[in-house]
Amino acid sequence: MKNIYLDYAATTPVDKRIVKAMLPYLAEGFGNTMSLHSFGQEAKLALENSRQTIADLINAQPNEIVFTSSATESNNLALKGIAFANKNKGNHIIISSIEHPCIAESAKWLKRQGFKITELQVDKYGLVSPEDVKKAITKDTILVSVIYASNEIGTIQDVAEIGKICKKRGIYFHTDASQSFGKIMIDVNKMNIDLLTASSHKICGPKGAGLLYIKEGVRIEPLLHGGGQENGMRSSTINLAAIVGFAKAVEICKKEMVGENKRLEKLRDKAIKEILKIKGSHLNGHPKKRLANNINMWFDFVEGESLVIQLDLHGIACSTGSACSSATLEPSHVLLATGLKPQEAHGSLRISLGRWTTEKEINQLIRVLPGIVKRIRDISPFKKHESR
Amino acid sequence: MKADNNICGGLYTKKVLEIFKNPHNYGKIKNADGIGKVGNIVCGDVMWLYIKVGLKKDKKEFIKDIKFETFGCVAAISTSSIITDLAKGKKIKEALKISKDNVIKSLGGLPKIKYHCSVLAVDALVEAIFDYFSKNKKKIPADLQKKHDIIQKSKETIEERYKEWA
Repeated sequence: MKNIYLDYAATTPVDKRIVKAMLPYLAEGFGNTMSLHSFGQEAKLALENSRQTIADLINAQPNEIVFTSSATESNNLALKGIAFANKNKGNHIIISSIEHPCIAESAKWLKRQGFKITELQVDKYGLVSPEDVKKAITKDTILVSVIYASNEIGTIQDVAEIGKICKKRGIYFHTDASQSFGKIMIDVNKMNIDLLTASSHKICGPKGAGLLYIKEGVRIEPLLHGGGQENGMRSSTINLAAIVGFAKAVEICKKEMVGENKRLEKLRDKAIKEILKIKGSHLNGHPKKRLANNINMWFDFVEGESLVIQLDLHGIACSTGSACSSATLEPSHVLLATGLKPQEAHGSLRISLGRWTTEKEINQLIRVLPGIVKRIRDISPFKKHESR
Repeated sequence: MKADNNICGGLYTKKVLEIFKNPHNYGKIKNADGIGKVGNIVCGDVMWLYIKVGLKKDKKEFIKDIKFETFGCVAAISTSSIITDLAKGKKIKEALKISKDNVIKSLGGLPKIKYHCSVLAVDALVEAIFDYFSKNKKKIPADLQKKHDIIQKSKETIEERYKEWA
């Protein structure tokens, strides 16, 4: 059997339709969008068409989309850019305790520069309470940033409610939508979102393209100074092929999103139901308010890395927490925030589905997982407590 | 930096993965002569090592049988398995000479971030032998006592650090 890829939350294969759309811009369409001649103008046209396609998906204006190289860059720009531009107004920023490291670390860095950071706690499902957002706002608050859907546990926040609160208080609201953009219908106007981060490689587009939506009128400083590309918000020669690919990815998502979500939800729920039959297995995240492609479980007395490598040896690729945390030995801060103990968080497994996930593949996962869990427990000194 | 061909996926060597797939000597020894328990579940690695001691013809004690039970990552399971291979049949005095470097070398290398797992395996063996000596009221050699004290001290430090989680 072919190897099974169930780590779409880490990154996705590029859709062949997208590769095809990109190819011309790697060859003859090489022009610099800033050049005045026809090569440049053709490139500029492709760039602006891409911007329009992407803006439409979230009901934004094209001039509100700033292309970046990654979601990490977008998140850095959002936090630091807002902080620097609005420091005369206040020095307080609110984030959640389950942000991606590129938000959490940017916030930490800003703290070292003298900003005050509040980390909102979450409930056992990973949900931020809008009421807590309200309570955390002070006269010095300039920005609230809450991840739209968790990259680890898939929990979807009540973004519209948080947006409403921020709007009422006149505070900027940013959301990192890296995992939800193209998968959930987002309307930045209806949801009162001032800034939004998205990424191409999470939706079957190429790596190297991300964006930050910045609502017209939002005061923000750029991080990269130079030739003034992207309306002065992000100097750098733009990566046109990747952006064209990003736009094609959005076009496909727009067309296929509804049907695809239904299909994935069915597969997800089947897998969760079957995996929960393993003794001492538990679901992380919210049972309903979760991404259609995310499954996150933990198992008593099973260590996550062993589980991931055993699955890989059986031809199935999953991850523990997030791909980025594989390099550290710390248990996931997201799972700890939902109230898990470190020893419980160590036993977590993230299975993320995507465009090419089939029922056959899910069946294979369900078939091999119980035996693997049992084998790991057989080696462990704690197996007699397995059904505690 | 040059890529190491021996490291699969930039993390584990083929040897480590082979052992992880088919570990040797796992399980419990009933009526073990000594048991070494090291690690902390909060940190993600717990290793229990059981030994059975026999007498060679020259009356010297040796490790007749050895088994492990481990909760932990790929490295923890592989180092557990390799330490049982390295210690089995060795005279106690020789077994105590097994170092973390012996463990790492026998595995064809370990990622640096996982070196502590090799220390854990060596510590588990030291603790099992120490347990055998104390249970049988034998005179404990000074260097064994010293090693045991260091292991206990670091165990206390870790437990103190994580007590709120226990």
